[in-house]
Amino acid sequence: MRVLETGNHLVALAANASAVEVVPAYPITPQTQIIEMIAELIAEGKMDAEYIPVESEHSACAALVSSSLTGARSFSATSSHGLAYMHEMLHYAAGIRVPVVLVNVNRALGPGWNIWCDHQDSISQRDTGWLQVYVASHQEAVDTVIQAFRITEDSSVLMPMMINMDAFVLSHTYMDAEVPDREEVAKYLPPYRPRWRLDVRKPVTHGSVVYPVDFSETRESMQIGQANAREVVTRAAEEFREMFGRWHGDLVEPYMMDGARYVIVALGSLAAESKVAVDSLRARGKEVGLLRVRFFRPFPNEELRALCAGREGLLVIDRDYSYGNEGALFTETKGALFGHVDVPARNLIVGLGGRDVTFEQIEGFVEKAWAGELEDVTWGDSHISPAHEVTREILCEFSELLDKDS
Amino acid sequence: MEEKKEEIGYMTSVSRPVKGCAGDTGEWRVFRPVKDADKCNECLLCWVFCPEATISKEGLEIDYQYCKGCGICAVECPTGAMTMVKEEKQ
Amino acid sequence: MVRFKDLPEEELFLAGSTACQGCPSSLALRIAFKALGKNTLLIVVASCTSVLQGSYPFSAINLPLMNVAFATGGASASGVSAGIKALAKRGELEEEPTVLVWAGDGGTYDIGIQSLSGAAERETDFIYVCYNNEMYSNTGTQRSGATPLGAWTTTTPGGKSQHRKDISQIMIAHRIPYVATVSLAYPLDFYQKMEKAKSIKGTKYIEIMAPCPPGWKFPSSQMIEVSRLAVQSGMWLLYEHEDGETRFTAATKRILEGKVKRKPVKDYLEIQGRFRQILSSPEGQQAEDLLEEEVSESIRRLQGWVPEYI
Repeated sequence: MRVLETGNHLVALAANASAVEVVPAYPITPQTQIIEMIAELIAEGKMDAEYIPVESEHSACAALVSSSLTGARSFSATSSHGLAYMHEMLHYAAGIRVPVVLVNVNRALGPGWNIWCDHQDSISQRDTGWLQVYVASHQEAVDTVIQAFRITEDSSVLMPMMINMDAFVLSHTYMDAEVPDREEVAKYLPPYRPRWRLDVRKPVTHGSVVYPVDFSETRESMQIGQANAREVVTRAAEEFREMFGRWHGDLVEPYMMDGARYVIVALGSLAAESKVAVDSLRARGKEVGLLRVRFFRPFPNEELRALCAGREGLLVIDRDYSYGNEGALFTETKGALFGHVDVPARNLIVGLGGRDVTFEQIEGFVEKAWAGELEDVTWGDSHISPAHEVTREILCEFSELLDKDS
Repeated sequence: MEEKKEEIGYMTSVSRPVKGCAGDTGEWRVFRPVKDADKCNECLLCWVFCPEATISKEGLEIDYQYCKGCGICAVECPTGAMTMVKEEKQ
Repeated sequence: MVRFKDLPEEELFLAGSTACQGCPSSLALRIAFKALGKNTLLIVVASCTSVLQGSYPFSAINLPLMNVAFATGGASASGVSAGIKALAKRGELEEEPTVLVWAGDGGTYDIGIQSLSGAAERETDFIYVCYNNEMYSNTGTQRSGATPLGAWTTTTPGGKSQHRKDISQIMIAHRIPYVATVSLAYPLDFYQKMEKAKSIKGTKYIEIMAPCPPGWKFPSSQMIEVSRLAVQSGMWLLYEHEDGETRFTAATKRILEGKVKRKPVKDYLEIQGRFRQILSSPEGQQAEDLLEEEVSESIRRLQGWVPEYI
């Protein structure tokens, strides 16, 4: 079924097509339309799932996990502060090994309150054990939701999966996309068959106290699940392509990499924008290519080594920052290459809090980086605005007042 | 190495319900309950009140392998049939 | 009228656990399991109960059990309940199991109150049991929202200066179909209330007063006696709230009907080491008076008036 819909609504339709059975959800801008559409679909009898209107995101993740452990295919969505609020439970979901799927609409964290796009939310969760993928188009969002269940429910994986989708750029814009029917998806995605669950026929204790003598192996098995996901992602995508004719299976999506001497590395919609920058640069004879990192977890170390070998340099774009160091994608990319591939790299920090980033800007930075004019880390679009001037005035006034107290 | 990883890979923190999961908890005792069958009127209070489920409903026998010697059965016994006796040091 | 001999023989709580001697939670679990039976899915919120069940790879509880994070009792139940509905739709369940949450006062009064409140408002079909030892026992006896005025804990070493919350009342205000308080000293009352809860659809809240020997500082053999004195003094009121009506039960009923004289709160306070300090301090009498007042105030809130003889 071809529809013209927003990214959020498409995600809801994809979840329905994937025969999701339980959706615990809490609203947060800019994810709200996902759960509103799911509520509507259920009310109209078009979706057969249990909807749990939880009272917080922490509870959303708790219900997501317990529902999955009971044996039902479970799905939720959140963003930003909601994802942060779930943090404890994200660790829990990975530790209890349930194949749940969560769509995270990437939004900045405050204060100051900001509802627009950046990647700080999902980047901050990269250690929790969740598989993490970043989509850059509406169709990719649909197809990735469907494939996600295939990936997580594979018995060699059994780690929860987070699908990241940029706020407003993808969540709120309308594009046409193909959403397969439930019946079609059912041929691709069999019903959820848990490997362990709450079951009165087999009373066991899940999530026991585990002493140091036995704990490490439970963690190593989580890493093995992540490592196995690499192969499962590819297999799931190949089978998807066979059935639906579309490919979304790269751990890293290369663009114009043939003969590319300088390479942009980016996530999500900024990577999509960078494609336009690459085209523009190529038209001017500059041999630039793009690596759109899709899977952040498991991080595509091998792919990056292979794709970056022999290049003259990288410009890694981060829409996030790991304060006290640098952009997270930058750190992880360099980590992948260290000791294997010797390529200079520069970090560009842009688009925080949803600030618009154009392909012209990206082009300009690529040229500067290639010419060796950039520092290790560049805050690409920082400038003091009139609004910041007002803040400065206020802070001066505070100093005057509070200094008098002492 | 591959074999070890495959073994470890398929794992989570599930546990099996068994008696004595904390070992022979009878070893925790300082005092042990002793039942005087002549005084016992089989009111079942000791069975009901045992926090460790070490007294059987049938026959009101005490499982000394696991009885922790908390003393509740002796305090609640209405006929004085249950008394706490100091454990002998081995 | 159920008698002791009617209680099922089978033990779903298996002897040889890591519980302390005389632990009220393990006794409460034993009795609750007898009332609910094997067709139960148990959710254990972080508490002593997470630990007394033993450690990997063995467990003392012979039921399907999910150990959940501290703040998530109610939400976890909502998830399991929805999961059960999904399985039932698929035709995969012979009989829908009872969903039982077992939480301490920490996971109920404080960190878990939001999640419990949400589940109750959503009318999640489950039984929520709070075993209330009036402190955070598992982490070494710190104060909780359930700690009574004057009680010693490691974080209220001079005796708590605030009153405890009354969560059962809060749950009544959620308009759920069943709220009950129980005591281990009145096990048949407990058993019957659990059975009744099992038969009702919707959210059922049951609170057990659980005197913790190391935390309240009394010998383990006195655990039932302390439970009894709490009820006999009115510091723990036994009642059930159903269909908009509160009914007192067991010894509390007898006291409120004037058939049995209520014991002074002092009798209850004196046998516990946790009140020794406040009682022997200049604030002792005032604390005792305030607690006597609290008993009257709780009765007034439940039935609108307080008999003279209380």
